[in-house]
Amino acid sequence: MIATLCQLFASYLKIGFFGFGGGYAMLSLIQNEVVVQHAWLSEAQFADIVAVSQMTPGPIAINSATYVGYEVAGIVGSVVATLAVCLPALTIMMLITRFFMRLHGNRYVKGIVGGMQPVVIGMIGAAALLLIFPSSDDARSFIDAWSWILFALTLLGSLRKVNPILLILLSAAAGILIYGVF
Amino acid sequence: MLFDIFKTFFKIGVFTFGGGYAMIPLIGAEVIDRRGWIAEKDFLELLTLAQSAPGPIALNTAVFVGYKMQRYAGALAAVMGVVVPSFTIILIIAMFFSDIRDNQWVDAAFRGMRPAVVALIVAPVIGLARGMHAALIAVAAAVAAAVWYWGFSPVWLLLAGAAAGALWVALRGKEAGL
Repeated sequence: MIATLCQLFASYLKIGFFGFGGGYAMLSLIQNEVVVQHAWLSEAQFADIVAVSQMTPGPIAINSATYVGYEVAGIVGSVVATLAVCLPALTIMMLITRFFMRLHGNRYVKGIVGGMQPVVIGMIGAAALLLIFPSSDDARSFIDAWSWILFALTLLGSLRKVNPILLILLSAAAGILIYGVF
Repeated sequence: MLFDIFKTFFKIGVFTFGGGYAMIPLIGAEVIDRRGWIAEKDFLELLTLAQSAPGPIALNTAVFVGYKMQRYAGALAAVMGVVVPSFTIILIIAMFFSDIRDNQWVDAAFRGMRPAVVALIVAPVIGLARGMHAALIAVAAAVAAAVWYWGFSPVWLLLAGAAAGALWVALRGKEAGL
């Protein structure tokens, strides 16, 4: 139990520390730790929690920490994982605020941030690929022609800046109509 | 004062659906316009920093504003404010989720949501890749393949990207005007 809690803490510390590029980029980092390395969640559970985080408030990193922590080790686990994912941001941002404000505009900082940018975009792409082509069948995002229609409509809506929660709620309603009622 | 910081970021935490970028206007409205805690100029500078530092933007912004107001205690109060709503809601969901997940209506809803989630993830990739140099798009594609297909940990790729960026500045930065 203590060993599991330590692993949970270490994993989410890592996710917090390398969580560059915002929520979607962190998905492949989270997936790598939680599904690939430790098998705390199945691919299907991971896909579910991503969908749930789209509808609930708060950053996905924190949402996934709380959820995975609970799945692995109950309420204690959720506290440990959530704390771990927040610690790097807390420390690094305080250091930046305190000492490194002048680094803003430094050419090496610009170079480092610029060098990570294509990696971050690739990580977002990987998160999408992982959800499109999972290795287990019950985690599949695309099951029939309706899936592709919902995908296309949501993509169009998202590119036109329609509120993402609205898009998720509409697709849930469409899912209930298509797969539940008919 | 500490309680005010907590309260303000609690509110931000409750209403920040859809993650980072969606909440920036909300944070701005609270800490610049309503509370007058920081100047707009500082806020914009902060956003660039919050986006290049690791971690959720919401959290980074909270640390910055809280720290500016009341040092360590302020930063802690702001972080608690952002985290507590999302923590509570997800904990409740986690407690009951496995009981309702197999319900046929819930399952139908998730079948509809899954392709939509993929679309929400793909959309920013299209936006970001637009206007990027072809070589960098190739790097992004290689990273996507490495993480997705071979299960590479993104950590090493991020470090490699950071090193390549620093090296590029050291060798070529002056010519490029950096």
